[in-house]
Amino acid sequence: MIKKIILAAFVVITFVIYSLHQRGGDGSAVAHITSNTAPATQTPSATNSSSASTVSYKDGSYTGSTADAYYGYIQVKAIISGGKLTDVEFLQYPNDRGTSIEINSQAMPLLKQQALQVQSAHVDGVSGASDTSQAFMESLGSALQQAQA
Amino acid sequence: MMKETQQIMGMPVTIMWTDDLQDSAIIERAFDRFRDIDATYSPFVATSEVSKINREELQEHAYSNEMRHIIALAEQTTRETDGYFNVWHNGVFDPSGIVKGWAIQEAAKLLATETDNFYVEVGGDIEVAGQSTAKNPWTIGVRNPFNRMENIAIVQLEKGGIATSGTAIRGHHIYNPLNDQYRLDDIVSLTVIAANIIDADRMATAAFAMGAVGIQFIESLPGYEGYMVDREWRVTMTTHWQDYEVRAT
Repeated sequence: MIKKIILAAFVVITFVIYSLHQRGGDGSAVAHITSNTAPATQTPSATNSSSASTVSYKDGSYTGSTADAYYGYIQVKAIISGGKLTDVEFLQYPNDRGTSIEINSQAMPLLKQQALQVQSAHVDGVSGASDTSQAFMESLGSALQQAQA
Repeated sequence: MMKETQQIMGMPVTIMWTDDLQDSAIIERAFDRFRDIDATYSPFVATSEVSKINREELQEHAYSNEMRHIIALAEQTTRETDGYFNVWHNGVFDPSGIVKGWAIQEAAKLLATETDNFYVEVGGDIEVAGQSTAKNPWTIGVRNPFNRMENIAIVQLEKGGIATSGTAIRGHHIYNPLNDQYRLDDIVSLTVIAANIIDADRMATAAFAMGAVGIQFIESLPGYEGYMVDREWRVTMTTHWQDYEVRAT
C-alpha cells in the first residue's frame, strides 16, 4: 500500500509539473488535481492563483484508457466537478513481477549477462528514464477527452 | 555537500556541489543557463528558435552559431549511428535529443570555473566531476525500469556522463527512425557511461533505438560502457561496465 501511495504521489506530481510546463503555467483546469490515493499531493497551490479556466469539462466521472507502463498497466478515473478536474482515482496500478523472473542463458560474445539484481546502498543521484508519468498521462488524457464539452 | 533542484524544461534540474564557493552566484547562473537554453530550443515554446525554424520563419543563414553547433552535433551523431539518431521526425525539427546533454554540459562548464567537484542532472541524465565527499567519487544508481523505487546497479564516476534511455520517455520521442512500425518492446532501458554527458546521452538514445543490438553498438565504441535491461528482466552489460560498479547489496 505504501508503495502504491508513493507511486501515486509521484505520477500526480510529475503530471502537474508536466502540465504546467506544457501549458506555460496558465493555470488551466488540469492544475487543480487532487487524488484520494495520494493525499500528500493535494496542494499544488502555486498553480491555483491564476485560474483562467480556459478548459471546461462536463461534470461526471470518466474512465481513461488502460496505458502500458511496461511493468504493468495504469488506468485512472477522472472526476469532474464544477467544470474542473477535482480528483483522479487509480483503477489499475503496476504490480511488481519479481517473482517470475525467467533467465535465458543465451550469452552474447564479449558481453556479460545476468538476472536483474536490486542494489540498496546510498547514492548521490539516480540515472533512469521515466515512463510511469507517460502511462498516467495517456490514461488521464483519454479520460479528459471524453469529459470535454 | 550542497544540493539545489529547480523545475526547468518540465523536468527537475539538480545541481550538487561539495566545496564552499567563492562566487556562490555561479549556481543560479547555471540554472539561468538552462532557462535560456529552454527558451531557445524548446519545441513547446512558440518564440523559441526551434519553433521559428519549424514555422520556416528563419532562414538557415540566420541561425545562431549555437544552433549551427547543435545541428552539426546532431548530423555527426546521425552519421555515427547509421541513421538511428535523427533530429528530424516527419519534417519536424526537434533537437531535444542533443540539447538536453548539451545543456547539462554548458552548466557543467560554468560550474567548472568555480569548483572541481560538482554534479548536474536533468531528468536522470547526469554529468559529474570530482567527488561528492572528501573520500568518495559521485555514486549514482541505475534505476530499475520495472520499479522506480529501486536501483539495479550502482556506479561511481569521477569525471564523465551517464544517461539512460527508456521506452515512452516524455511522449515517445525515442523510436526507430529507420522503421516507424518497429516497436521497441525488447529493450526496457539502456544506460550509457561516456567521457561526457553529451556523448552518453546521444549514444544512449541511438543505441536504444537499435533494439537488442544496441548494447553491441556501445561495446564497439571506445570509451563507452553500457548496461541494458530487456523485458525478460535480463541485464546485459559491456565488457568493462563493472569497472565502474560498486557492489553493496
